[in-house]
Amino acid sequence: MNGRLSLIGYAALLAALLAAPLFLYPVLVMKVLCFALFACAFNLLLGYTGLLSFGHAAFLGTAAYVTGHVLKEWGWPTELGLLAGTLAAAALGWLFGALAIRRQGIYFAMVTLALAQMVYFLFIQAPFTGGEDGLQGVPRGHLFGVVDLADDINLYYLVLAICVGAFWLIHRTINSPFGQILKAIRENEARVVSLGYDVAKYKLLAFVLSAALAGLAGATKTLVFKFATLTDAHWHASGEVVLMTLLGGMGTIFGPVVGASVIVTLQNELADKVGSLVTVIMGAIFVICVLAFRRGIVGEAIALYRRMVWR
Amino acid sequence: MEIFGVPLPALMGQLMLGLVSGSFYAILSLGLAVIFGMLNIINFAHGALYMMGAFFAWMALTYLGIGYWWSLVLVPAVVGVVGIVIERTMLQWLYKLDHLYGLLLTFGLALIIEGLFRSEYGVSGLPYTIPDELTGALDLGFMFLPKYRLWVIAISLFVCFATWFVIEKTQLGAYLRAATENPKLTQAFGINVPLMVMLTYGFGVALAGFAGVLAAPIFQVSPLMGSNLIIAVFAVVVIGGMGSILGSIVTGLGLGIIEGLTKVFYAEASSTVVFIIMAIVLLIRPAGLFGKEK
Repeated sequence: MNGRLSLIGYAALLAALLAAPLFLYPVLVMKVLCFALFACAFNLLLGYTGLLSFGHAAFLGTAAYVTGHVLKEWGWPTELGLLAGTLAAAALGWLFGALAIRRQGIYFAMVTLALAQMVYFLFIQAPFTGGEDGLQGVPRGHLFGVVDLADDINLYYLVLAICVGAFWLIHRTINSPFGQILKAIRENEARVVSLGYDVAKYKLLAFVLSAALAGLAGATKTLVFKFATLTDAHWHASGEVVLMTLLGGMGTIFGPVVGASVIVTLQNELADKVGSLVTVIMGAIFVICVLAFRRGIVGEAIALYRRMVWR
Repeated sequence: MEIFGVPLPALMGQLMLGLVSGSFYAILSLGLAVIFGMLNIINFAHGALYMMGAFFAWMALTYLGIGYWWSLVLVPAVVGVVGIVIERTMLQWLYKLDHLYGLLLTFGLALIIEGLFRSEYGVSGLPYTIPDELTGALDLGFMFLPKYRLWVIAISLFVCFATWFVIEKTQLGAYLRAATENPKLTQAFGINVPLMVMLTYGFGVALAGFAGVLAAPIFQVSPLMGSNLIIAVFAVVVIGGMGSILGSIVTGLGLGIIEGLTKVFYAEASSTVVFIIMAIVLLIRPAGLFGKEK
């Protein structure tokens, strides 16, 4: 798409998001934003580097717990809490990444899934997570000691700023020389090796970056909901983020945002009506996407746009 | 008598339990390996189909009065047919695509199957009684050995080695291996490869259903029984590598035993030990114990 058009698109989206709390329930929009960030972080890996991680819930969950713990038990300021969660996720991402990149393709997915399951079991046993109950009543605190974040509207603009900042970072990364090499690895790893690049290093860096941003999403989510639970670290969450990215369109910059919006809204609408059948619906969307809709919503839209332009 | 400060009966008991879970690891990872060899797909739905097998056994007993022994034969066949339907209607369209799509599709199927059973039966487990012939225990002098556990280990080993025998030593197995190696050439020799792919998936999935029936009397029959197990089986598969049939059997049993021993010596780590071993194997031998480096 040409630059001017996408600039208009960005501006319109940003304006809509700035005005959103006037029309929509801010907590729901914040939830969408957190998951959109989570999915964008995941897409950096799947869409741009071609690595399918089935363990991203571990980063979401770890950051959620760490942020919750330092805010609630240690009374850290909010900014440091977010930072601590993000860094914890990045450290875990480095550990996971260093192990997982030793295998390719399908094994990579299984390794990340298994490592994330290990983290989940550790969280069940660890004393600081509160077990099945989770970490409840996390204080939101004040931003820079001034802005009261207990107010949903104040928090909303902080969350929006975080997400826009992270989105910009992802956008810059993808369009940087580093991002070009990631895409080259996705397309043809052997050739990148033959050109003299240390592929393992690039993959690891992409993994850590993706984990850190997923962690930022988890940390922010704790702030929004004031709790952190095992659900964040469960493999269902890992699956959900794959679904969001797939549905929205992997390898497109906006796809994960669209996918996350659709899935979160769907879950929100359906939770009371169909109960545990939500899982069935999510599964069905998965199957349909894989069989008939592999480009996702944004991918299809881009393809449609291109066809119209070419005509 | 004590070994490392642990009373012998307790040690042997946990070892036995470890062998039982090792048997399940072995059957399930064998099924995954067989399917992967032929279809190049990691069957995420394997755990859900294992759960389905346990549920079908429970339903057959509860609604139709069909007992354990008939279930042991009928349920795997039914689950196998479910697998064949899945292969014909969905999986067969994915063979030309990236392997990851197969994983994603079967993940979706796992969610559907699990969700359906969950909305129908909730998450609490349903009991399934051990058949009369296998209740009770053998007194070995130093410990009591429950007959049913012994049966699970014996029949699992038999099924695993029968599978190995068919694949490695028979004409059918030779076709199968040929089709795994080079499907186009095998087809050119007049062997119906798509049919073999379909039957392979059906068979692999039937193994999962069989394991489900075996598991029904030991574990509670619950919609969630499959997903937690299958993730551990993935770790087993990563440790062993999927290249070798015998390798996946040995790895499965071995890890079950290690898990059992961990329960004795450091119970807190028993749920994570498989994953820790996976991490260590990845560091030392990235291709897996029985895998070939590409």
